[in-house]
Amino acid sequence: MSATTLAPVAPAAESRRFTSLRHAGYLTGRSLRILRREPVYLAFTLIQPMVWLLLFGALFERVAELPGFGSTSYLEYLTPGVVVMTAMMSAGWAGTGFIDDMNRGVMDRNLTSPVSRGALITGALTYQAVVTVVQSLIVFGVGVAAGARYDGGVTGVLVVLLCAVLLAVIFAALSCAVALMLRSQESLIGVSQFLTLPLAFTSTVMMAPALLPDWVGTIARYNPVDWAARASREALLGHPDWSAVLGRAGLLFALMLVMAWLATRAFRAYQRSV
Amino acid sequence: MQHAIEAEGLVKTYGKGTKAVRALSGVGFAVPRGTVFGLLGPNGAGKSTTTKILTTLSTPDSGTAVVAGLDVSREPGRVRHAIGYVPQKPCFDPTATGRENLTLQGHVYGLSRSDIRARGDQLLERFGLADAADRVTKTWSGGMQRKLDVALALMHRPRVLFLDEPTTGLDPEARADMWAEISGVTEADGVTVLLTTHYLEEADQLADRLVIIDRGQVVAEGTPEELKGGLDGDTVQVELADAGQQEAARRAVASVRGTGEISADGARLHARVGNGAATLPGLLAALEDAAIPLASVTVARPSLDDVYLRHAGRSFHSADRAGRAGTEVAA
Repeated sequence: MSATTLAPVAPAAESRRFTSLRHAGYLTGRSLRILRREPVYLAFTLIQPMVWLLLFGALFERVAELPGFGSTSYLEYLTPGVVVMTAMMSAGWAGTGFIDDMNRGVMDRNLTSPVSRGALITGALTYQAVVTVVQSLIVFGVGVAAGARYDGGVTGVLVVLLCAVLLAVIFAALSCAVALMLRSQESLIGVSQFLTLPLAFTSTVMMAPALLPDWVGTIARYNPVDWAARASREALLGHPDWSAVLGRAGLLFALMLVMAWLATRAFRAYQRSV
Repeated sequence: MQHAIEAEGLVKTYGKGTKAVRALSGVGFAVPRGTVFGLLGPNGAGKSTTTKILTTLSTPDSGTAVVAGLDVSREPGRVRHAIGYVPQKPCFDPTATGRENLTLQGHVYGLSRSDIRARGDQLLERFGLADAADRVTKTWSGGMQRKLDVALALMHRPRVLFLDEPTTGLDPEARADMWAEISGVTEADGVTVLLTTHYLEEADQLADRLVIIDRGQVVAEGTPEELKGGLDGDTVQVELADAGQQEAARRAVASVRGTGEISADGARLHARVGNGAATLPGLLAALEDAAIPLASVTVARPSLDDVYLRHAGRSFHSADRAGRAGTEVAA
């Protein structure tokens, strides 16, 4: 055996983190390439938010005349909420990528390669974050085109994007964890349907906080969708209360770390069963 | 390092309590470097479970395994750099081109850009995929796709290559093609190959040595020639018109001079004989005298099927059917 045919040696400990990030980068690139070749998928995930935004926006236009909405139009109130809600709902499908990989031999091949479990999760979550930015810009753009106006400027929009990404990553990680544990497309659809719609409706995405029934208001306080919706609406105001924005973004960030860790742990469940 | 793979006493159980399924109960073997080693057995015998343990995908309940000189339980990270794995199910990315698939694989193993290009070209050329290299792989034929799976596993020049049923689902032509590639791979890459298969013919063709696995245990080990040579003489296979006459037929056959071991499997009777052609007339006469109607009679040189029957106590095909009908858990 000559020197050139030897397998590369395992990387040293200090470069392992870097290797992991590099792997996550390649995996993100792989997913983005699939999306680029089949962009129809992105269009599908945008149908629902358009219905929410344009149909609900028009249907409930006069809701904003109720006290509690302030001086904004309903469309202006609704748009940031629909942005984060879309981020959550499309992230709920993130696990399907893993299920496809498991149904083929791709997951098994990856798990026997130097790619770490952390990198597999990071790759999937980073991809979802990129998709979320694109989706959010489109949904927000449609809201603005339909007449919504905000005083928050670029900073406000960036905060909306940040909240949408954090919320998307939380639900993508959950979706990946469920995929790894239940390993079936049907279960994943069930879990994501069971969670996302109730969470959207027990938040202030559609209805002003002051007008929510007490019990819904209580749930909303612990609902990450609500954290993201409130922080986004606040940041778009002319003079936002930054402590309220940062507090909720901080909660989202913390929950994201917990979920990403859980998803990485879920590989053990998968490997026990193979 | 004398052996590329050393497995000892591998035990694996799936599930708990009453639903527990024992997939492996003490599998052990050693694979000499630079050879093709076959793991032969029917569906559900424990071949894939063994492969999954050796490739770090799964962990054994007990037992040890050393691959390329590295303990799979203690140093899984280093084992992963030293091996290439072709799972039973296809593992290429159908939305990417052949070259894109190979490039991603090269990146994952930390190859340099120039090496990725050179190695990719070399493998595409060798597997006859160069013309299709820049086409999206979902448009490729099944045989080409499977060859890409093998090329992917070879990209980083592994020391040990695991092929889990590489030709299942391929048409005969693609299978023959794949066989040619596999037998060339030990020479071209200096790699050791562990091949699982439930095709007797495939093990016979490709494996330098093999073990026969049945119900989670190694029941025989050796070169295909040794295993077949262990059964001296030929096999006469008698297929009865009526399975109910099995006992009577067995008595009739046993009475013929020159017959050795007899085993029965439903309406089929297998008898070992010193010389098939010489024994046949007497055997037919004995069955005729006993008034036992026959569907067919065949004389054959020993095959791995006979080896299997001898060691597992049932014919390979009936075991394969049983495995397929039974739990898929160990598949």
